Amino acid sequence: MKIRKRTIALCIYFGILILPIYWMLNMSLRTNADILGNFALYPADITFQNYIKIFTDPTWYTAYINAMIYVGMNTVMSLAFALPAAYAFSRYKFIGDGQMFFWLLTNRMAPPAVFLLPYLQLYSTIHLMDTHMAVALAHCLFNVPLAIWILEGFMSGIPKEIDETAFIDGYSFPRFFVTIFIPLIRAGVGVTAFFCFMFSWVELLFARTLTITEAKPIVATMTRTISATGLDWGLLAAAGVLTIVPGGLVIWFVRNHLAKGFALGRV
Amino acid sequence: MDKWQDNKAWFLVLPAFIIVAFSGIIPLMTVVNYSLQDIFGPGEAVFVGTEWFKEMLSNHRLHNALWRQFTFSGLVLLIEIPLGIVIALAMPKRGWGVSASLVTLALPLVIPWNVIGTIWIIFTRPDIGLFGVGINSLDLLEVPFDHTAKPLYAWITLLAMEVWHWTPLVALLAYAGLRAIPEAYFQAAKIDGASAWATFLYIQLPKMRGVLTIAVLLRWMDSFLIYAEPFALTGGGPGNTTTFLSIYLVKLATMQFDLGPAAAFSIIYFLIILLFSFAFYQALLNVGRGEKA
Repeated sequence: MKIRKRTIALCIYFGILILPIYWMLNMSLRTNADILGNFALYPADITFQNYIKIFTDPTWYTAYINAMIYVGMNTVMSLAFALPAAYAFSRYKFIGDGQMFFWLLTNRMAPPAVFLLPYLQLYSTIHLMDTHMAVALAHCLFNVPLAIWILEGFMSGIPKEIDETAFIDGYSFPRFFVTIFIPLIRAGVGVTAFFCFMFSWVELLFARTLTITEAKPIVATMTRTISATGLDWGLLAAAGVLTIVPGGLVIWFVRNHLAKGFALGRV
Repeated sequence: MDKWQDNKAWFLVLPAFIIVAFSGIIPLMTVVNYSLQDIFGPGEAVFVGTEWFKEMLSNHRLHNALWRQFTFSGLVLLIEIPLGIVIALAMPKRGWGVSASLVTLALPLVIPWNVIGTIWIIFTRPDIGLFGVGINSLDLLEVPFDHTAKPLYAWITLLAMEVWHWTPLVALLAYAGLRAIPEAYFQAAKIDGASAWATFLYIQLPKMRGVLTIAVLLRWMDSFLIYAEPFALTGGGPGNTTTFLSIYLVKLATMQFDLGPAAAFSIIYFLIILLFSFAFYQALLNVGRGEKA
């Protein structure tokens, strides 16, 4: 009997969790006049005009593509830079390792607002302003340290004897790393990729500051729409719903490793 | 395990160091530079020493923002940590329910932060929102619910949003910790006739210490940096009642263009964060040691 009560409570919690998202979905399937005119718990006449507008208007759909591009770039960059570093932290003692690890973490904890102004200057100086590369590079500030942190946790779970055996068998370090070690921690790599994707996808401040038109992502387009044209609630809701879709898909792929990944490999 | 002692490992860390330093150190130096000068225009700057720091440290609006920030982050921890543990305890341990629960829990975490704000505007507005219309139709409140009108309502909405958004993270962490406890512990507890409460207090809670430290660390830091959600939801209002540190800083830097004071503020802000990071980092290291011993 006790277990059933728990399950009911859990279901209620999940209901509350889904409710605001459902409400946005509800809004996205109605016209603006309908939203403001009638209060309805579910859309009586379902219309897809908001979604059609997003998929046919270049200012909207290119914003999604822009976001996908820099998120993809950032994920690849973060993994490429973090993998060797995480290996060093999990296997070696070297001068300043503790300090280095802490310094990397402080960058994950630095307030992005602090870096706002210098970034404008820095990226204009090196002519990266309003490019996908600028946002991808800026997001490395917090994603590389996070990736190192997670990967280090997963790597420390692999016994060091495996490395030793491979080196005795005559493997060179790069060959061992790519053909033996990375396949061993592929769950960790997947989880790390998910986290890099996630934090790059949800970030607003850098993405908005470093882009003007060419690389403007969906999150920035949405905030500008709010202030510019008054409020088209239906359109805004549809844009919001579409930002959840990629995240939802990615979660589904990593669902079995999710819990351990959130614990940064430390359970 | 024992690590190999080799300083050549630096070469593996170097690429990561360079890329983070590019985004982390150069901009920070620029901020230090700004904070010590009064900038009138391109090429016209006067060295002012610690002038801006003195000004910011005695700035009442900064004090208020800081105080609000501590209150907010403290409340967030007080609500989210216990709630997350309770949810993790109630989650199923096997079967299809595990995947379903995990995916549902993770969903709020992958929504862009300003979209979170948008969701909650749509959800709580007194004219079109389910929550806003719902609570007003009950007719219990003296002043009708509207998060743009009354500071208390704005705070409640922000806290509800924050709890909605991030409790799943705490729950996922706690769940990961719970799943790592060997089944034998529970069998032993059962044989000893331990109550559910005793099992929780003496087995589950101590075993969750590591992941809970990470949870507290992440939630404290991230709630301290909060920007996009209140920016989208309240814009810092009504008045300045929900202006947290990041929002105030961005206002100062990009709307009023007070570069010097904004930079001094940035450095103070960063030092506060650094202090807490260090304390939490030490706590985290000690947790790791405690488990090995």
